[in-house]
Amino acid sequence: MIEIKNISKSFEGRQVLKNINIQFAKGKCNLIIGQSGSGKTVLMKTLVGLHSPDEGEVMFSNRVFNKMTITQQIDVRKDMGMVFQAGALFDSMNIEENVMFPIRMFQRTSRAKMLDQVNVCLERVNLKGINNMMPSELSGGMKKRVAIARAIAAKPKYLFCDEPNSGLDPQTSILIDELISDITHEYNITTIINTHDMNSVVEIGERIYYLHHGELWWQGDNKNVLNSDNKELNDFIFCTSLTKKIKEKNGNK
Amino acid sequence: MSLIKNFLLEFGSYLILMKDAFKKPQNMHIFRRQILHEMEALGVNSIPIVCVISVFVGAAVVIQMILNLENPIYPSWIYGYASRKALILEFAPTVISLILAGKCASMIASEIGSQKISEQIDAMEVMGVNTANYLILPKIFACFIFFPLLIILSIFIGLIGGGFGGMANGLSAFHYVEGIRLEFTTYDVIYAMVKTAVNALIISSIASYRGYTMVGGSVEVGIQSTKAVVQSSVAIMIFNLLMTNLFF
Repeated sequence: MIEIKNISKSFEGRQVLKNINIQFAKGKCNLIIGQSGSGKTVLMKTLVGLHSPDEGEVMFSNRVFNKMTITQQIDVRKDMGMVFQAGALFDSMNIEENVMFPIRMFQRTSRAKMLDQVNVCLERVNLKGINNMMPSELSGGMKKRVAIARAIAAKPKYLFCDEPNSGLDPQTSILIDELISDITHEYNITTIINTHDMNSVVEIGERIYYLHHGELWWQGDNKNVLNSDNKELNDFIFCTSLTKKIKEKNGNK
Repeated sequence: MSLIKNFLLEFGSYLILMKDAFKKPQNMHIFRRQILHEMEALGVNSIPIVCVISVFVGAAVVIQMILNLENPIYPSWIYGYASRKALILEFAPTVISLILAGKCASMIASEIGSQKISEQIDAMEVMGVNTANYLILPKIFACFIFFPLLIILSIFIGLIGGGFGGMANGLSAFHYVEGIRLEFTTYDVIYAMVKTAVNALIISSIASYRGYTMVGGSVEVGIQSTKAVVQSSVAIMIFNLLMTNLFF
């Protein structure tokens, strides 16, 4: 289980995260939503240890991650997988080497077994047979799917996705959302996703946390996010013409 | 005052990065493969430029000797002897190191810097990889092992180039070879090797530091690569002076 207690973080005197407390739901898709600059990415980087908080604790299975030694942190990180906004695939390696990287680095197993695991992961994200392609040869959606395959290759307990469907067309976004949601339940992973995609919120948001100016402003799930009376949340969700029309239509019913 | 403060801050973070880099690799098999890969990228691929520079430098040194030591009182072996000394002690280890600083430092800084700004290093960190060790140590080892070999090659090619330059200006091959062989001491070669090994450490570590600590976008890659070349070149010259005083 992942829990954060009283997390605060500032950069050059500007407070980005203000006293945030969240207990993420185990084995579910946890969505962190909010406007650009609300602190979502900083919160995620604090969770995975790329930023250290000024105050507060990040807990993994009741152990304080941000106060561990580097060696202890590395052990916890072996249970993490992360999908970065732009994929962050290693551009000097082909797809097979990219997906194999976390397995090869930490697991003592034969190359044949590693290759099997790579193929299972690539098949799981519907990218069978692209082993020898280079990241530069892939489309944005394919890169995201390879990044997901790499993130699940070492069978993590925790999956972090930083805006996994940014820059993708709506249909590919839906595919990526479904893939992440399916993988979360199939492998019983605790998944944390940063997004401002409203479709993701409605479709896969089993737990939703809304950040506003670095504060946790609202939390709930996809069943009550559209009916909330929180003004800032409503302003954020119903800001586009499409969502406004949906709201009006629902209101008239 | 702020210049000194900035220098000390940078030097401190450089030492901290090197402390992280010089740790036992997490996977020895991958580490060995990385070293071989870096040897190819930083060493083998530098052979053509080292050969071209060395042959011309060697020829120029011998021609200068002939032109400036044109006096009947000098023995005819003096040109080969003086050229050998100049090539082994200074031209090969220092000039070729400066050339390698230009080629390899910019390559290392831009490679690591690009990985940094495209979040590839963050991705490795999240997986639990000691990125300083994984990315930097193989480069340092590869330079440390391969640069002395390049310098031996450079000395050899330089002397051959010098022979051609000398013969084109009327120096007999016999007297040139006689001068090269006269009072040959391995101490000079050891000095050249030690100097090159230090230069290899300077080039690879400073360039890695510049790339690894890069913040910003693609413009910053160019800025930091230039800094890597300039700073490693200055450091090479300072250490060259120190080592010359230390060895002789």
